[in-house]
Parts: sequence; structure tokens; C-alpha cells
Amino acid sequence: MTGNDSLATFRQEVRAWLQAHCPTEMRQPVTREEDACWGGRGASFASEAQRQWLACMAERGWTVPTWPREYGGGGLSSDEAKVLAQEMRSLGCRPPLLSFGIWMLGPALLKFGSHEQKLEHLPRIARGEIRWCQGYSEPGAGSDLASLATHAEDRGDHFIVNGQKIWTSYGDQADWIFCLVRTDTAKKHMGISFVLFDMTTQGVRTRPIQLISGKSPFCETFFDNVRVDKRQVVGEVNAGWDVAKYLLTHEREMIGAMGDSDRPPPLGPLAADRLGRDAQGRLADPMLRAQIAEFEADETAFRLALERTGDLAKARLAHPALSSMLKYYGAELNKRRWELMATIHGSDALAWEDERSRHGAVTREWLRSKGNSIEGGTSEIQLNVIAKRILELPGA
Amino acid sequence: MSLILTEEQNMLRDSARDFLAEQSPIAALRALRDGRDDDGFSRPLWRGFAEMGFSGVLVPEAHGGLGLGHVEAGVVMERIGHQLASSPFLASSVVAVSALLRGGNPAQQQTWLPRLASGAAVATLAVDETSKHRPAATALRAEVGGDGLVLDGTKTFVLDGHVADLLIIVARSTGAAGTESGLTLCLVEPNAPGVEVERTVMVDAHNAARVTLRKVRVEAAAVLGPLHEGAATLDAALDAGRAAAASELLGLADEAFARTVDYLKQRRQFGRLIGEFQALQHRAAHLYAELEITRAAVIHAQRQLDAGAKGASEAVTVAKARAGGTATLAVQEGVQMHGGMGMTDEFDIGLFMKRARVLQELFGDTHFHLDQLAQRRGY
Repeated sequence: MTGNDSLATFRQEVRAWLQAHCPTEMRQPVTREEDACWGGRGASFASEAQRQWLACMAERGWTVPTWPREYGGGGLSSDEAKVLAQEMRSLGCRPPLLSFGIWMLGPALLKFGSHEQKLEHLPRIARGEIRWCQGYSEPGAGSDLASLATHAEDRGDHFIVNGQKIWTSYGDQADWIFCLVRTDTAKKHMGISFVLFDMTTQGVRTRPIQLISGKSPFCETFFDNVRVDKRQVVGEVNAGWDVAKYLLTHEREMIGAMGDSDRPPPLGPLAADRLGRDAQGRLADPMLRAQIAEFEADETAFRLALERTGDLAKARLAHPALSSMLKYYGAELNKRRWELMATIHGSDALAWEDERSRHGAVTREWLRSKGNSIEGGTSEIQLNVIAKRILELPGA
Repeated sequence: MSLILTEEQNMLRDSARDFLAEQSPIAALRALRDGRDDDGFSRPLWRGFAEMGFSGVLVPEAHGGLGLGHVEAGVVMERIGHQLASSPFLASSVVAVSALLRGGNPAQQQTWLPRLASGAAVATLAVDETSKHRPAATALRAEVGGDGLVLDGTKTFVLDGHVADLLIIVARSTGAAGTESGLTLCLVEPNAPGVEVERTVMVDAHNAARVTLRKVRVEAAAVLGPLHEGAATLDAALDAGRAAAASELLGLADEAFARTVDYLKQRRQFGRLIGEFQALQHRAAHLYAELEITRAAVIHAQRQLDAGAKGASEAVTVAKARAGGTATLAVQEGVQMHGGMGMTDEFDIGLFMKRARVLQELFGDTHFHLDQLAQRRGY
């Protein structure tokens, strides 16, 4: 049987399995925050269907299709995973689990973790049992992340960690944290270690930060004499920057590709329905129509570039800094989308406490999107990376 | 469908790259321009295109071609873009061949395809009548009478018109200008009575002409595709041309960008290389991103055309819109970052700007294609 034949067979099997196991409710578009499932010790499920969908996907290893089976994954090839994603999209299946463990920590552990660390953490990520957060940025270390100061003091078999992190996504809801700490103050990049610890450890405290959207997805996180077992150091001590960089490229791809699984409705017809059409059936506001068309051409091409990057990666031809390009472009594109959404909804979306505007959902997302080009490395940092690593411009 | 080239396509790209770099350096374009060459392209180069098989890339093997697809045509076009090579490849080997393949009857195909594949003849599509590409607005009259048609009107921006052995004229046989139906395509030889071809010397030193038809008689046998219903044939030819033009735009944008980045690494001011300035680094990095995104859209469109996919025309529209925009940015940044040298004729970067301007207008500019995209998507 050729590769194409076996993929075609696999596609049929996947489709049949999804049809049999994905509850109808889980094939509706995601419209509310509760529709997203983040798992964790304190997981709350919006419905029985949501719980069941996670359970059967996790059972099959398909929350993390390409991870090895021994660590809770599906053991699929990248081609098979692509087929699974395509079939899920065509049936409208929601992602069973959203997780920083899947998108960020998992790939780093697979590459840098010991067998014991993988066995301890990966299956629990795959099943959605432990919810992770990321301890990277500090008040004094944003774009210049390697200047971080959270200190880990060597006490033989463990470290004592003191310091503060900021922009910890969902830090108040996370069970464990992967965290960059300084283990050598004499060196900058080479004095950083990548450690894992439980957020219920004594001395860990979080405080949500209210954002311009009125929401608080980020926290400040404080460490006061937190004990961290040395077995939870990923990679070598003082070599955490390599792990951090590797993980950041995954984060950039993830932010760049945001919304790929639950595509928002196309803007053009939405605008035409809300704002009216002219005699030829075109959106009545010609300036807005032109802007939307330009956005849609760029967005279509961007999605193709994501796909092409996957093809390049498979052929081992992808430049490692391509993820910076995708992160930059994807973030700017998403900001454009929400500027257009805000324009399309006009004053209707501005009253942000009433039912008619769904509590200002559009306006809050518009405000939220402004963070896309700041988090995970600002757009300016991505451009620096492209200039230095791809274009090899001097002094960059 | 993979969005990268196959091994065979990479080999074709390499041979096109080596062939064009050697046979058609940018100095060759300057020589054609400065020598006011009558043909506007090099006959020996064109024979080389035939020997390499390029001129028959889309022609089926039964008619003496390679029987390859739009991805392969795009691969050649990209290298043409890098070298600013002037040749009838786009007009004849891509657009005219696509029109004959879609609309041609066996006799028409048998007459023309082998000659186009071998480069012995050059054919071209004459569609535009005004300063903007508006195929539906075609007004050139085709009066149906007796055993054929009589054509009256003027065409402009006809690629390689003054060296063509065959003109494919888009005419209005019924309906009012502005409607998409009622178009008829006719094969007209330029020596037919009433045909007047006037070469227009173009800013990019590539070939174009103005073609006037005064009561030109066309036999029924010279109608390409169905009478009054030429739109499908026209769309096939235009989509092929748009996708190929997108590849040429991408190739020239890549080349202009590479030359600009090189310049940033050589030119010193204020005691350092100007490429050290972040203001320029960020603009170069942004342009890099635009190029990579356009690259995906262009190969996707060509794969869709080759697969005969339903969404092929929409994919072509996205590719041409993006390629026009990206190339425009690349040449603008190129000239600006070359500073005063970018304004001189001596530096090549200005030649890229001129070619990009022409290709942007050809077969619909970015605005035209964005409008098409909006229509296709229902708003």
C-alpha cells in the first residue's frame, strides 16, 4: 500500500471515529469563554459533553496526536496529524483541550526533559489533569528577557527561589509553573535555569492584573523562599536559556496560528449583513469593503504560509527563525481583524455592560488583541530576530 | 497539496536559473533598450527557450511540448523575474497556449500548438481597451454576418503585439459593454486586411503594442471557443497569465530585495554600515515577511490551477493581488534604501521598479483583484 492509500484509509477511520465519538454539542462553534476547556485539578466543565469529549480524545492520545504513545500521545506521523486536524475542522469539532502544557512545555520536555520528567509530566498534560503556566517575564525583564533576576539559591538537592514574575497567563488557575530562574549572577544568558514546580508550594502567591479589556487573564506571581527539587530542572543547570528559546519558538507559532482551530466568521458577509448592500449586492461602505478585502487576501495568504512552513519543516528546509516571521505577521493580522470587527459593529459594541452587546464581547476582544504584538516577544523583537538571523544584517 | 516544489520542479528551477543567468543578464535588457532593437527580445535567447523546452512547458506532448503545468511555468517565470528577461514566454507560451488549450478545436490546436511549443510562432491575447484591465467592459465590436464576423475597434497593452504571428482578439458579439457574457474570441493574423499594429515603447523596455482593427473579416473557423460564450476560454487564459505574472513579480521582488539587503551590508554612513540602523532593519524584515507570505499564495494558486480545482480562480486572485502589492513594496524600498544611487539609470534597481509597475497593471492590478475577491466571497 502506498503512503497516499494508507493516509486515505486513515482519513476514513478518523472520520468514522470522530463521528461516533464527538458529541454533537462539541461540534458547535465556540462562542463563549466557558466553551473552551483548559483542564487542571480544579477543572470545571461547562457540560457533560465537554468532559466526555476530553476523556475520549485523551484516551486515544489525540489531545497530543504526535507525541509518543508512552507519554500519553497518539504516536501519529505529522501527515496523520494533519489529516486528523483537517477532519476535525471539516466536522467542526472543537479542540478538546487548550493547554500551555501542550503548546509550550510539552515540546520542550520532549526535547530536553529526562525520561523520568517526561513520564511524570507529559501524560498528565495529555489528559488535561494538570494545568500549567509560564514564569518568564519579570517587571524588569520584558523584551530583554535574559536580564531576569528571580533568584534560585543552591541548597544541595534543592533550590530556594525568591523573586517576582509578571504576565503569568492564568497564573491564578494553574497547578504547576515552568519558570526561568537565575542560578548564576555572574553570567547573563548562561546563568539561567529552567525549573518546574507546583503552584501550591509554600511561598507562591498570585495576583490578577486587570487589563484594558476589563479582564484579568494575566497575573503577577510572587515567590518567597519557594523550595524547588533539583529533579525538576529541565536540561542542565545554567543551560535553561536554550530550553526557553526552543519553547518560545513554539509559543510564537502558537500565537501566530491563533484561531486556526476555531476560525472566526468571514468579515465581508458579516459587515454586509450589518451595514447593508448597494444595488449590485456589494457592501454599502466602499472604503470598509476595500479594507476587508485587503485583510482577507492577506489572511488567506498567511494561512497558506503557515501550511507551507509545515511542508518546509517536514522537508527539513524551514529556517528556525521562520516562527518569528509567522508570529509577527499573525499578531499584526489579528490586530487588523479586530480593528475591522470594531468598525463593523460601530457603536453597538461600545456599551460594554449590556446583554445586547454580549457585555461588549467585540470591544473586549478588540482591546485584548492589542497584546498580540507584545506577548511572546513584541513585533519589534520579532523583526530584530528576522534581521539578525535570516537577513544577517550587521550589528542586529 | 504540498506548497513546496518537488524534486523535478527544483531541477527545472535550477536549469532555468542557470540558463537565464547566463543567456539573459540584465545587461541584455539594457542592450535591447539602448539599441532600440526592432524585435524587443533576443531571437537567440528565444531559440534557447525552445531548446530547453520552456516554450512548450504547457503544451501537451502530443503537440510537441513538455505537457507540464502552471507550477512549472511559474518556476520559469520566477527566474525571468530575477533576470528581467524580455521574451514572448508569458504572452505566447502561457497565455495564448492556455487559451488554445481551453477553447481551441482540434484543427486550431494542431495548427498552432506545435509552432508555439517550438517557438517558431508567437501568439498573444489582445484584451484591454482602456488604461485599466476591465475584460467585462470589452467594446470592440464583432458583427456576426455571412459565414463569419467583422471586427472593429482598438486594443491596447497587447504584449508582444508587434512580433506576434497570431492575435487572439477578445470581441463583443452581443450584449452591452460591462456584461460578462456576449464575448467572442477570434484568431486573427496580423497581416489580415484592416489590422494595424503599432509598437508602444514601454517604460520597462518589454514589448507591447496597440492593435487597431478596421472591418477585419474573420471566418467562422477562426472563432476560438463558442460564439458569444468566450468567457470560459478568456478566464482560463487570464488566470494562467495572472498566476504567471504573480510568479514573475515574486521573482523580481526577491531579486530587488536581495540586492537591497546586499547594499545595506556594503554602504557606510556615519562611520557604520547602514544595515546596522534599526529603522532600515525593521523595514527589511517586514518586507521579508511579505515575500514569504506571497510565496505561499503564488504556489498555492498554481497548484490549484494544475488540479483544476473549483477555487482556482479565487486563489489566483489572491496571488496576483498579493504579488502586485509585495513587489511594489519591494521595489519602492529598494530604490529608497539605495538612496541617490537608486535614482540613477546606472544602477539596476530602477529597472526592477519599472518592470513591477508594468506587471502590476497587467491582467488586473491589486485593486482589481481585491474587488474580485470581495465579489467572489459575496460582499
